[in-house]
Amino acid sequence: MTQSASSSTPESVLELRDIGKAFGPVTVLTGVSLDIRRGEVQALIGENGAGKSTLSAIVAGLVRPSTGSMRWLGQDYAPASPADALSAGIGLIHQEMRLLPDLSIAENVFVGRLPVRGGRIDRATMNARAAEQLHRLGLDVAPTTLVRDLRIAAQQQVEIAKALTLNARLLIFDEPTAALGAEETDRLFDQIAQLKADGVSFVYISHRMDEIARIADRIAVLRDGQLVATHETAQVPVKRLVEDMVGRPLDRMFPPIEKVAGDTLIEVEGLTALDGSFADVSFAVRAGEVFGIAGIIGAGRTELVRAIAGADRRAAGQVRMQGQAIVPADPRDALAAGIVLVPEDRKAQGLVLPHTIADNIALANYASIAPKGWVLPSVVDRFARDAISRFGVKGQAGQRADELSGGNQQKVVIAKCISRGPRVVILDEPTRGIDVGARAAIYEVIAELAHAGMAVIVVSSDLDEVLGLSHRIMVLNRGRNRGILSHQEASRVAVMELATT
Amino acid sequence: MASGGTSPEKTAGRFRIRLGSGATGPFLGLIAMCIFLSLATDTFLSGRNFLNVMDQITVIGVMAIGMTFVILIGGIDLSVGSVLALSAMVMGFLGNELGLPFGVAIVIALIVSGLCGAVSGLMVTRLNMPPFIATLAMMSITRGIASIITDGEQIVGFPSWFSDLAITRHWGVISATVAVMLVLTAIAWVFLKFRPAGRALYAIGGSKEVARLAGVRVEGATIWVYTVCALLAGLAGVILSARLDSAQPSSGLGYELDTIAAVVIGGASLSGGVGGIAGTAVGVLIIGFLRNGLNLLHVSPFVQQVIIGLVIALAVAGDSIRARNR
Repeated sequence: MTQSASSSTPESVLELRDIGKAFGPVTVLTGVSLDIRRGEVQALIGENGAGKSTLSAIVAGLVRPSTGSMRWLGQDYAPASPADALSAGIGLIHQEMRLLPDLSIAENVFVGRLPVRGGRIDRATMNARAAEQLHRLGLDVAPTTLVRDLRIAAQQQVEIAKALTLNARLLIFDEPTAALGAEETDRLFDQIAQLKADGVSFVYISHRMDEIARIADRIAVLRDGQLVATHETAQVPVKRLVEDMVGRPLDRMFPPIEKVAGDTLIEVEGLTALDGSFADVSFAVRAGEVFGIAGIIGAGRTELVRAIAGADRRAAGQVRMQGQAIVPADPRDALAAGIVLVPEDRKAQGLVLPHTIADNIALANYASIAPKGWVLPSVVDRFARDAISRFGVKGQAGQRADELSGGNQQKVVIAKCISRGPRVVILDEPTRGIDVGARAAIYEVIAELAHAGMAVIVVSSDLDEVLGLSHRIMVLNRGRNRGILSHQEASRVAVMELATT
Repeated sequence: MASGGTSPEKTAGRFRIRLGSGATGPFLGLIAMCIFLSLATDTFLSGRNFLNVMDQITVIGVMAIGMTFVILIGGIDLSVGSVLALSAMVMGFLGNELGLPFGVAIVIALIVSGLCGAVSGLMVTRLNMPPFIATLAMMSITRGIASIITDGEQIVGFPSWFSDLAITRHWGVISATVAVMLVLTAIAWVFLKFRPAGRALYAIGGSKEVARLAGVRVEGATIWVYTVCALLAGLAGVILSARLDSAQPSSGLGYELDTIAAVVIGGASLSGGVGGIAGTAVGVLIIGFLRNGLNLLHVSPFVQQVIIGLVIALAVAGDSIRARNR
């Protein structure tokens, strides 16, 4: 299915040869060779974690490749920093916005290259040029407005304006429309078309297939860090692209899915976020069931489970445990009701990194370690060693958490949460940043939790993972429940179609 | 995305000396310093001198306990020196000017101090102010009030039983104030090591979000910690007044920096989550013995300041270099 693009056609501006990247033990890109032509929009698609962002970070000088080489406009190209890439004429617009909130729009657009006249910043020119660009994008706000005061969509437009004024020859857009409405997206596409006519090339990363069909000239598909397909036209059926993206890797093993016998344990009804990241979400999970939540980045999955676990406030809706309504206003309330969250970012939310494994595990479990209020180090140690052997952590009680590999850190977080004896366990991205070998062990743990009669909710960007683990899967799209699929009816294509359209 | 290799896990079995957290280096430094001073002077190594030093460090020692809690949760309290002065002035004013029973005056002074800390804690949690700013404001406010009480005049002459607390050495060894410091240090050590609430302070300092998700009452604990810190600063004010038999609005000027220095020398990290009472005690002793030894060596006070500054820099640099080589 791979068609190698004809190499070094005259109009090629950027040539990637055999690019690979490994972060420690985790390989995220292998042998990617790709050409970008003058004045084209090359779409880059793939599942979350397929390596799209890493590839664009390499081109933009944020990350250095482990292997391979690049040529830009016929010259060898090895940027050591984003500044190198910018001066060569390559700009990147980040998926997450990197604006300075306390500076004005114009200052953000021109940061690092403020126009100067007579030794002073030429604010008039700066503001005028920023205003002109903003107007073209359909954002009619004074360029002296602070970025902090803008809506998310407007901030995204500022980011885009910044890129468009770079006079770059190649622009990389990473999910530029994630926060934009239809009209703002149209304006952006008009701008892209104009710049294309001037010979500017684009790499366009998106999950939205309808946009790809509108804007792209060619499509490249990444899966598990490899380039699996390139299409010479954007008029490819969505189904075909999704199949390219989700082709099942062979080295994935999931425990068998058992029949669920338990009663409904947790019900969520009409849950709505304060910040609009999700709205009117309802579902119920039974004891012994693994309930998957799928969706693309920004669909509101993490926000939803954080609200259920009391980590964030909610605007409306109810959570019921065995019919009893609970008000999780604080994680303590959810914990008291038997709901634990294994958070998405284990380094910032799950573990105190400089503390020992024993201290980390003990943190959520002092009620059972110290029933009379006295924490005896010997008891903490025994408790930790029990948990360590139960969850197969490769490490010792007195070892610091930041000395462990990602997989073992995750097991420590799970051990910490599960040792409380919860009834509902929510795991947000349980295998993010964990290499394939260690994932199987996490899957075993998840299946065991369900087997032990807990209701398990798994949020994952990894489609195979959700499909392989879950009895039922709810698909979120822009904060809405787009449907709940049973294990039988859920397929990668079915889920992706709900998630991206 | 990548998360540490697997190789460091092998070093787990390596033998490590542990005295509290990170206090081993300062402890060795303290011993080296004592050996040097014993050899360099004939007066350093004597029971009398040791007891003198214990008397001299009581004030800093008591304040450093509270400061350890604050720094452990990742905060800082700049107001302790001023709260010390406020406490002393409130006590002196109530006891000497208003003629309240002196015991009552002490209790009210301590309550006022605790309230100052509670206000700092509320500013940090409810108003989301950085601790540096909140306690900087509190520092100025309490210093001002301390001066307003008597319009800047000092208060001299307390009941003799009160002064005796700091002067009379029971069994020829220990004054009541030193005993109070030792008992409080022991209680704080037990609290931090063996009580869930004490362990929770480490978690808060390590990561507020991790602690919160684990069910720790982060806000409540923070307010309590600032309250206790200020309460202990107030107690230090009472102790200082007993030692000097007077109370002055300007007393305790700059003590917050000495206190922070002692805690940091003891191996605590200003980013929180690392430190302990054992380390702080070592830090307090280092500062106390260093001052004492330099006096015995007839080093001028100006040079002493330079040396103490160098010790602080050395202690912390040594700590971060060891952390980097981990």
